[in-house]
Amino acid sequence: MKVFRNYLDKIKPNFEKGQKFEKWMSIFESFETFFYVLGQTAPKRGAHVRDSIDSKRLMIMVVFALVPALIFGMWNTGYQHFIMTGPPPDFMDAFMHGALKVLPIILVSYGAALGVEFLFVFLKGKEIEEGVLVSGMLIPLIVPVDVPLWQLAVATAFAILFAKEVCGGTGMNIVNPALLTRAFLFFAYPKNMSGDKIWISELSEKLANKATLVDGFSGATPLGQVASAKTVEDLAAFHDKYSLWDMFMGYMPGSIGETSVLMILIGATLLLITGVASWKIMLSGILGGTVMGLILNFVGSDTNVYMQLPFYEHLMLGGFAFGIVFMATDPVTGAQTEKGKWIYGFLIGFIAILVRVLNPAYPEGVMLAILLMNVFSPLIDHYVVRGNVKKRLKRIK
Amino acid sequence: MVVEADGKNETETFQKADPATMEKAHILENILKSGNWPLIKQRPYDIIANPKDTPRDIFVTAFDSSPLAPDYDFICKTEMSAFQAGITALSKLTSGKVRIGVNSSSSIFSKASNAEVFEFHGPHPAGNVGTQINKTLPINKGEVVWTLNALSVISIGKLFETGTYTASKTIVLAGSEVSQPKYYTITAGAKISDIVNSRLKNEDTQRIISGSVLSGEKVEEDDFLGFYDHSLIVIPEGEKPEFMGWILPGFKKFSRSRTFSSWLSPNKEYRLDAGIHGGERPFIVTGSFEKVFPLDILPMQLLKAIIINDLDLMEELGIYEVAEEDFALCEVVSTSKIEIQKIVRTGLNNMIKEFS
Repeated sequence: MKVFRNYLDKIKPNFEKGQKFEKWMSIFESFETFFYVLGQTAPKRGAHVRDSIDSKRLMIMVVFALVPALIFGMWNTGYQHFIMTGPPPDFMDAFMHGALKVLPIILVSYGAALGVEFLFVFLKGKEIEEGVLVSGMLIPLIVPVDVPLWQLAVATAFAILFAKEVCGGTGMNIVNPALLTRAFLFFAYPKNMSGDKIWISELSEKLANKATLVDGFSGATPLGQVASAKTVEDLAAFHDKYSLWDMFMGYMPGSIGETSVLMILIGATLLLITGVASWKIMLSGILGGTVMGLILNFVGSDTNVYMQLPFYEHLMLGGFAFGIVFMATDPVTGAQTEKGKWIYGFLIGFIAILVRVLNPAYPEGVMLAILLMNVFSPLIDHYVVRGNVKKRLKRIK
Repeated sequence: MVVEADGKNETETFQKADPATMEKAHILENILKSGNWPLIKQRPYDIIANPKDTPRDIFVTAFDSSPLAPDYDFICKTEMSAFQAGITALSKLTSGKVRIGVNSSSSIFSKASNAEVFEFHGPHPAGNVGTQINKTLPINKGEVVWTLNALSVISIGKLFETGTYTASKTIVLAGSEVSQPKYYTITAGAKISDIVNSRLKNEDTQRIISGSVLSGEKVEEDDFLGFYDHSLIVIPEGEKPEFMGWILPGFKKFSRSRTFSSWLSPNKEYRLDAGIHGGERPFIVTGSFEKVFPLDILPMQLLKAIIINDLDLMEELGIYEVAEEDFALCEVVSTSKIEIQKIVRTGLNNMIKEFS
């Protein structure tokens, strides 16, 4: 290690001001700080002792928290692939199939995100901002496994560029870049982002080759299946197919990392123990979803049986758990005041289920709910801040 | 500028009298002439008080809750009559009251007369006068309060008790790099090298801090102890780069965040250095400042108002109530490694420029 450090120290002067590679200093620094937490010390005045946490540590915690969902997602990708044509596969077969499908998606996502990021590192002359570490890992987990890689690359580059860099980088953005990637894919290439042919690995090829699929097979996500249910019997058939246990464990088609509530809960536990994500947003999000689910259950409807889906199943299906745990809690795009977090989280849960059930165009509403509340969170904060101001003014009698 | 000492110690004498029997103007004159005046600060702005003002109240904090701070109860226990004289003198200078914030476990300061006593308990910043004001009688726009600590009150009190300016003070020399951490009675403004003289371990590069480890000033051996400071803290400088420090478990890393494995051993003792452990970034995390900032003020929103220099917003969000030290813990826990106390000072200075 000493050799490596010495090497860095030896080449560093070449990047100093006035030297040959001056323009590349920010790139050099980005790599140097990847390997080393620098020995920079506190200035002459101020706090002389500092917490060991920095923004890199913060971001890597989120990446760690995503790992269970990622590993499960790899296995589930393979599992869903094999059971459409035959008996359940061995664990390793399923995992290897999934891993080979998911790894290219991760590489493309990180590649496109880092490409744009480094361009701006170079242009701005400031070292890399770590938000991209998280975005690059979130994106693969919220897309369908058969997403065309070039589309993913375009969408990622677009989102990092317009949701993040244009706003001024990590910490300045208004909407979550990973969610914007998904929204971009969804609206620019709807054919490849919805319907019932994209959620299971290689389903389109199988259909094109007229392969025999198992009886009662549907390539749609559970939410898609519920949305297309016309009668109470259809809903009962859905419940025969997916037990609560399946929903909790995540044995069903969907975006790569979103299906397993259990794995997401493991990640959530890490985020909450470390204090990286806000428990207020998570709790109020679940409350919001529960309230809307209960309202819909209470009102009921014979023409829209989706309204009869029990509220607790809403919380376990689709991207709800993933969105509340990993997307809504993004501190930069979420509400920044403590009171605001309650309102922000609640409305995300509430609107997500509302859009899901009452909007016929989208079987899923989590992405849109979070993006909408990302945009509204400054407004929520504004009123919380005004409340604090008013309290201060009231003291003057 | 160099002041050469002539080797003689002479003092000017002032009237020795019970401040209870003295006129306000006379008290003011004595404090001003003796050179004790700068001990009295004012809020808003945390600057030296203007003797022409009559403050709404005078707040005295009777304990320092910051790490390695001197224990006022210990160093003041023989000075209680001077403390009372100081309080009586100060009580003549305000239209309101002298209000003393005492530690709930302390007994010596709570018996003071001519003043109202508030008890505080809890961790730092309970001993900061800014916290104490905000939690009792917060400052509103247009009001001026004066602030000082019990040690300053004693210094003022001695003036009336003895008739001379007392140029000695008791300080604490502490920190992981000090071989004999102890209280020392020194001459005010003593040279650092005279104080630390052969009392340091000299293992690594060291940082000597005049004042609090949370908001003091880094000094060198040929500098002098700060006017307001009652502690000299020596910690390792910590300038060594750390390989993969942001990914490894971090069993030995101090953090309030539980993102390092060290949180599993909560009673662990650390040899903290002055490293900032990361690069500067924009504000990312929300909610962490509120956990260490007990004032009824939105810390990050106020800081952002200062950064964009929106004077109206700064006023609305409570800049009149704060000083740099109130934000010290925010600076400690921040993942963004922004110099928060410096931002607060900039905000206060901009307000002064605009409004006075």
